[in-house]
Amino acid sequence: MGRKLLLEHINVPGINTFDVYRQKGGYRAVEKALKTLAPADIVEEVKKSGLRGRGGAGFPTGMKWSFLAKPEGVARYLVCNADESEPGTFKDRYLMTYIPHALIEGMIVSSFALGANTSYIYVRGEMMPQIRILEKAIAEAKAAGFLGKNILGTGYDLELYVQPGGGAYICGEETALLESLEGKRGNPRIKPPFPAIAGLYGCPTVVNNVESIAAVVPIINDGGEEYAKIGVGRSTGTKLISAGGNLRKPGVYEIDLGLSAEEFLYSDEYCGGIANGKRLKAVVAGGSSVPILPANLFLKTVNGEARLMSYESLADGGFVSGTMLGSGGFIAYDEDQCIVRNTWNFARFYHHESCGQCSPCREGTGWMEKVLHRLEYGHGKMSDIDLLVDVSKKIEGNTICPLGDAAAWPVASAIRHFRDEFEWHVTHAGEATTHNFGLAHYADPLPKKEESVA
Amino acid sequence: MSDKHKVTIDGIAIEVDAGTSILNAARLIGGDVVPPAMCYYSKLEGSGGKCRTCLVQVSKGSEKDPRPMPKLVASCRTTVMDGMEVKNITSPEVIEARKGVVEMLLINHPLDCPVCDQAGECHLQDLGYEHGAAKTRYEFDRRTFEKIDIGDKIQLHMTRCILCYRCVFTADQITNTRLHGILNRGDHSEISTYISKAVDNDFSGNVIDVCPVGALTDKTFRFKNRVWFTKPVDAHRDCDHENCNGKVTLWYKGEDVIRVTARKDVYGEVEEFICNTCRFDKKKTADWVIEGPRHISNKSVISANHYDTLRPLPVVKTNPLLQEANKEQFERDTRL
Repeated sequence: MGRKLLLEHINVPGINTFDVYRQKGGYRAVEKALKTLAPADIVEEVKKSGLRGRGGAGFPTGMKWSFLAKPEGVARYLVCNADESEPGTFKDRYLMTYIPHALIEGMIVSSFALGANTSYIYVRGEMMPQIRILEKAIAEAKAAGFLGKNILGTGYDLELYVQPGGGAYICGEETALLESLEGKRGNPRIKPPFPAIAGLYGCPTVVNNVESIAAVVPIINDGGEEYAKIGVGRSTGTKLISAGGNLRKPGVYEIDLGLSAEEFLYSDEYCGGIANGKRLKAVVAGGSSVPILPANLFLKTVNGEARLMSYESLADGGFVSGTMLGSGGFIAYDEDQCIVRNTWNFARFYHHESCGQCSPCREGTGWMEKVLHRLEYGHGKMSDIDLLVDVSKKIEGNTICPLGDAAAWPVASAIRHFRDEFEWHVTHAGEATTHNFGLAHYADPLPKKEESVA
Repeated sequence: MSDKHKVTIDGIAIEVDAGTSILNAARLIGGDVVPPAMCYYSKLEGSGGKCRTCLVQVSKGSEKDPRPMPKLVASCRTTVMDGMEVKNITSPEVIEARKGVVEMLLINHPLDCPVCDQAGECHLQDLGYEHGAAKTRYEFDRRTFEKIDIGDKIQLHMTRCILCYRCVFTADQITNTRLHGILNRGDHSEISTYISKAVDNDFSGNVIDVCPVGALTDKTFRFKNRVWFTKPVDAHRDCDHENCNGKVTLWYKGEDVIRVTARKDVYGEVEEFICNTCRFDKKKTADWVIEGPRHISNKSVISANHYDTLRPLPVVKTNPLLQEANKEQFERDTRL
């Protein structure tokens, strides 16, 4: 049974209210941080914890904080990236909906550590219910003296605002988010300068994911070293995984990093195996932007080692035979799912969400989508497959922001691992949309769920 | 700390001021090591980084940190470090990436050069010639737009636009009202006026000069002539406008001035922006003080007519200064 640091009280009735959250030990981290710790001590604890950014990139949070420029007389900002909108990723939304005060508490502690007196939670515009929930939680925290002027009599002031976003996936990219927050079109900025030097309104800014900020609370309560004891290697602590697709028990799970992929997928504590007794065909382990893996490579590395749910283990083998933990958007595909259709669906998303600022992403994402659409509907040519590989290569690494890579990787990896399914769509044009491939060899080489658990 | 940085581009070393971009360092060297740039414009703050044609490989970061940069970088927005080593045309990776960018840019830019007023002055035309393939692999419908008049003197051919943002930056930075910008996202993006407004201010004509591809055209010049049949001459006048110094290039057809533009440097960037009065309203030789023929690079198709001595420019025929300036050329052509 894994530890629950973020979701411990998820089932407590009324935990979304200040009073219940407080009764369950909420806001202890604020009291401890503001009354007994210096900002530098908090940064040090976060460094000790080994916490890595939970938005997808996995950059060490403490190190990111220590990059923040501290010029005299210049405001510093903390911005929470709650623009979660990648297909398959919905864990931040869950956290904000059910335990909003965990985020508010994390924001207060983190803002204090960074010397920010104004902080923002940037939420995707479509998430109106979550925006209202957060606004209510902020009002409650403020009424209780945890926000505003002279918090708990410590002399520290913090105003916290919820800002609805522009409703574009690109606004989750940290510099596009800052542009949007400033009231401009959500186009990514060219880096450098990085936000730690010139971010919001040109001031030093840290942008962190919801889960990263919420994780600061247990780190301060229990200490960074305790947090670092959970996990494996440089993947410390717990991680929220939003599991979807053809699973018996889809949902949001908090796991200890380092949990075996097989246990996560098949045990009843987590996903409970594949729905309807089907066999596993493929997995997207960290949101739609990471490379897809066939079942055998998800469960075991090419060296035959058991794959773990950790940053390092999932990346083992690079993009040839590995993937990324990413944002923890876990999608399982059973043997009936069409990889071509899925890849087209992802490509459609990235085409729709490309900001259009740089040429390879603007034109390339649309091109890939059209070719995939043609393949999926039985009008493709064999040369289309190599064309897709080439176009994805021309996008990857050549764009202003990582959206180009995010669009290219799913296409390149799907062809790398499931090329004959793409070819099947060309050779069986009339049957392409029936999804009756006769390609069962991709199914999970391991036994079905019942046998495995036994 | 020295304020000079040594940078080596394609094996050629140069010392430049700290803060100089790789592109500008390459421009100081000149020649083939200069990366192409479709969206960067030195006179416009914040421009560059978007078209990705200027991608280069940094094979050595600096003396302090010699590690290569993991990805290709936009040379127009990456500043040099001391000891940096850059590969442009010596990197197959760069050439391959640039080919890819050209192919992408040509997806939604028609090759209507035979009817485009930018032909002969088009950076994409040059780029396509240098890096493009003879055949496209793109087989889907291209996007098309109706032409839009944005003001009485400017026409927008959105079909040709490559979304370099130069005109948006121009309107932002040298006029006091920006009435146009980018609408929509991705390959649906388009330059447009804000709810059917005209672009109307004293410097609006400069958006024509900064457009690299002929998406914004001068309605007083459209379809009047191919640019290589015109005769460019530098001229100036005392302009009343406080922000215009009245230095222009006049483009002659016979004895008529058919176009007035700002003067452009070797990279096709204007030296100084000019006002609409100079650009659109002063189309008589008598309005101007003629300085001499415009020097056009021999590489440019426009220079073709400069070797035509049988029909010298009308202004040359009547201006002793210009006759003297062209003496050498006249003598050479007479010998030939």
